[in-house]
Amino acid sequence: MTNLFPSISTLLSKRIIAIFGHYGSGKTEIAVSLAMLTARQTQPYQKCALIDLDIVNPYFRSREQRDMLKKAGIEVYGSVYNTEITAELPALGANARVPLEDKNCLSIVDFGGNDVGAMIMNQFGKYFTTEDALLLGVVNANRPDTRTVEGAVQHIAAIEQSIGKTLDALINNSHLLRETTAQTVIQGHAFVQQVAQACNKKLWADCYPEELVQKKQLTPLLESGSTLLPLGLYMRPTWLDK
Amino acid sequence: MSEKVLMKGNEAFGEAAILSGCNFYFGYPITPQSEIPEYLSRELPKRGGCFIQAESELAAINMAYGAAAAGGNAFISSSAPGIALMQEGLSFMCCAEVPVVVLNVSRCGPGIGGIQPGQADYIQATRGGGNGDYKIPVFAPSTIQEAIDMIYEATYLANKWRNPMMLLTDGMMGQMMEPVVLPEPRKLLTSEEIPQAKPWALSGFDHKNGQRSLIRALHMQPTDLEIQVEKIFTKYDAMEKELPAYAAEGLEGAEIVFVAFGLMSRLVREAIEMLAEEGIKAGLIRPKTLWPYPYAAFDELDFNSTKVVISTELSKGQMIEDVRLGVEGRLPVELIYRTGGVVPTTPEVVERAKKILEGLK
Repeated sequence: MTNLFPSISTLLSKRIIAIFGHYGSGKTEIAVSLAMLTARQTQPYQKCALIDLDIVNPYFRSREQRDMLKKAGIEVYGSVYNTEITAELPALGANARVPLEDKNCLSIVDFGGNDVGAMIMNQFGKYFTTEDALLLGVVNANRPDTRTVEGAVQHIAAIEQSIGKTLDALINNSHLLRETTAQTVIQGHAFVQQVAQACNKKLWADCYPEELVQKKQLTPLLESGSTLLPLGLYMRPTWLDK
Repeated sequence: MSEKVLMKGNEAFGEAAILSGCNFYFGYPITPQSEIPEYLSRELPKRGGCFIQAESELAAINMAYGAAAAGGNAFISSSAPGIALMQEGLSFMCCAEVPVVVLNVSRCGPGIGGIQPGQADYIQATRGGGNGDYKIPVFAPSTIQEAIDMIYEATYLANKWRNPMMLLTDGMMGQMMEPVVLPEPRKLLTSEEIPQAKPWALSGFDHKNGQRSLIRALHMQPTDLEIQVEKIFTKYDAMEKELPAYAAEGLEGAEIVFVAFGLMSRLVREAIEMLAEEGIKAGLIRPKTLWPYPYAAFDELDFNSTKVVISTELSKGQMIEDVRLGVEGRLPVELIYRTGGVVPTTPEVVERAKKILEGLK
């Protein structure tokens, strides 16, 4: 794999990477992709964990990809209940704290959607310190609520209010699932930059689905110094797009 | 930004209802469709409509009965057991000729079921879970876009026929996201416009020269009720001619023809591709309406090549009787299914289809 997410070890400067965002922003896909990328180069950490703290959405959670991640050497932490989907239990096992306590573990934390889904961070608040954690907000410019700068800023503010912390930076993950084109990513970049300016944050990275968009199609972004994060489309069953 | 917008099924269903001109929603939350009342509680009042959280599904359907009788466009949604609770109201509305659009974001079942996808409300939807002689057209979208378009059309058809219209989807469609294009909003009727647009409605504005308007499901004389039943069945006869819809793909030269609706039709398409890689040609009949069922689709079968027709379902063969009625004994009819909320994998469908084909030789 030659086009690895560049300088991942410098970007992942903190040992806890927390991913927040509105519904449909693509938090889970980013969390799984980041975990798969970092599994190959976790230094200086000895292990990599994906913590699924999504208790608001019973479908399409990263726990479903547990087997694939396990094979890649990533431990997945989340609900301890195997019957979780039917039981609809918004419950998490205490084991979600294990990687957060472990200074040798790089943890990628996937929160549930919107301010409601982010709220769960409060019970784990002590781990998400400025020193240890990077708090990222994902924006997809093609969702109804976040098509305007005002709407996106409102969502970010609501998440920050819900967790009582400020997000460090934003991720542009403007996409239309398998209909995503280079144009979708480029237009999204310009939009999320405006959002970032409006809330005084940096744009941390631009995501693109590797299967659908080639890195060279995103030259304008590369030239402007953006960090490009390739995503696998791990969460969507292939047959849905037949 | 893009002309298309990425929407979660449940949000898109709610938005489509608003754009189609529905201005009343009554509901009681049940997963996996609770985002619909959540969305409409936020959006409908902003756009000239009325949202009421009812105390139960029985209350919700009867509130819809009242609002629609007064000339409103009512939209109702629930999931499998919630739709079961609404059946009495639907029977009343059919008899009283009151329109409503009903959306079932189905769970599996029986009993309380689970929130995973199921198609086991097929018989409930197509044969009616309520009492008496009545019918409800049932539409089966397979994408979020198609669901939006069908909700839009159903609002028109419900008023045209003065009869409930139902959409049968499932939990997965409610929860998943897809890029969609939303239609133009239909103009809402003002109270003053209702008497002309819906002269039958109890609008309170049109005194019809002293004639009473009456909407009722009660007829005191058996012969009066018989007249009413015959009247609504004249409409159902016309619907059976006008409404059946389906898509047929790759029937010519096909050895196997799958029949699948909704999400299953998309999984079957991948199975057809995998079978083709092994040199087995297969086709698909996808009913878009479940009542009236598109029996005519089966006249398009290639009887020279096709050896078997397979009803492929997320239920224990609830659709197979309709497939048999369409095939009319001309070919063997078999079943591939999973139930309980389990979605088969594509290779599983391929393997079962191959076994069925081998068994015929």
